[in-house]
Amino acid sequence: MTDAPSIHVTGSHEIDGKRLFGPIDVILPAGQWTCVLGRSGVGKSTLLRLIAGLDCAGLFAGEITSSDARTLDGRISFMAQSDLLLPWLSVLDNIVLGARLRDDVPDMVRAKDLLAHVGLDDHRDKKPTALSGGMRQRTALARTLMEDRPVALLDEPFSALDASTRADMQELSAQMLAGKTVLLVTHDPAEAVRLGHRIIVLTAQGAYPWQPPQTAPIRDQYAPETTACQADLLAHLRGQR
Amino acid sequence: MSTLRYALGVGVFGLLIWQALVWITGVPHFILPSPWRVTQAAWDNRMLIAENAVVTATEVGLGLLIGTILGAVTAIQLAASQRMHRLVMPLLVFTQAVPVFALAPILTLWFGYGIASKVTMAVLIIYFPVTSAYYDGLTQVPRDILDMARTMDSTKWQVMRRIRIPHALPSLGTGLKLAAVYAPIGAVIGEWVGASKGLGYLMLLANGRAKTDLMFASLITLALMTIALYAAVSKASSAFSRA
Repeated sequence: MTDAPSIHVTGSHEIDGKRLFGPIDVILPAGQWTCVLGRSGVGKSTLLRLIAGLDCAGLFAGEITSSDARTLDGRISFMAQSDLLLPWLSVLDNIVLGARLRDDVPDMVRAKDLLAHVGLDDHRDKKPTALSGGMRQRTALARTLMEDRPVALLDEPFSALDASTRADMQELSAQMLAGKTVLLVTHDPAEAVRLGHRIIVLTAQGAYPWQPPQTAPIRDQYAPETTACQADLLAHLRGQR
Repeated sequence: MSTLRYALGVGVFGLLIWQALVWITGVPHFILPSPWRVTQAAWDNRMLIAENAVVTATEVGLGLLIGTILGAVTAIQLAASQRMHRLVMPLLVFTQAVPVFALAPILTLWFGYGIASKVTMAVLIIYFPVTSAYYDGLTQVPRDILDMARTMDSTKWQVMRRIRIPHALPSLGTGLKLAAVYAPIGAVIGEWVGASKGLGYLMLLANGRAKTDLMFASLITLALMTIALYAAVSKASSAFSRA
């Protein structure tokens, strides 16, 4: 993997002539987690898709650049809310999907090693339907890591999990994605406060930073400064502060 | 197993109703032969029926194979190219607006009285259902999966081969199940219009000689063949959908 770049996004996005968000000026620091929050429909996923170079409805007027001045094509991995596992492939074959898609020879040793890291060593020959929700997301995480890209874009990957599985997945992801430039789109202030080196609140008018606690992620979710920050952020999002 | 038992139960019930109808109405056997008479005719003519059934089965099998390959290749091309879809889809729908039954005499004229015209009929009748069902499956891959594949630097045809085609196999299975039921219809229509062999030909021949029991025996043989084909295709579809 090459060094993770920082990413700079400036501009605004319109759909059918109506502004979705912006103008924004957002930096995703290199090798850190940036969590983006905002109300439903404000364009969080659109922002993520723009960075990923994926098709979006509407028109983005602006610029997305990386600190090393290189294109982001081929340097991004993507994790969505659903695990996106292909049901006809085994867990192991799902993890090496990227290599198979590109007609490369997959590094099976590394794939098995990653499976062991995410605790699925005994399940590698199973089909996704035989796995629990948490196990499926761990497989998706291993697939993301297998791509070994310096930038990871995560679109609410933990939102469909139960509370304890979500907490486990947050810890595992923070550990496994350390050193990468990560953008996490989330609805959950607690998740953003727990994981984010930076927190960005996206609104139709623009994007502004929200100060996370001074401690480094991944934060203790029961620490007073974490819970206070969560409460403040939630109240702010609800328009109460 | 319970499905088989249920089907047998329905079959026996149908036979009883049929026999009762013959007894109650006293209808002559050349109008409606009794099940027993049909069974006798089937046994007496077993070699004749088997000979003609093999011909029809060959026509249906070849039609199903060629129609499936053509339908699947067309669906893949349509799914791969929006331009192709815009150009070809209206043409496909138009061909469906022309009744295949009306084409049978022309096909017999072009391809002769042999097997080719019947296979062509079977191909024509299943081509659209297979194409349409497979195309639907190929184009209904969730957007997130395609987005993920795109971030993995794959080309359109790599995505087609590794994701779209396997993802759409259950839809192809649905199309094949329809095809298994339609293909014998195509072959038999072809045989009615002009043939010297096949169950359709045998039915016409028996009808012309007032051998209604033989006609029923041929018809039931055709129905059983179709049911067996449908069951085999269903089983194969389930197997490759799970694979």
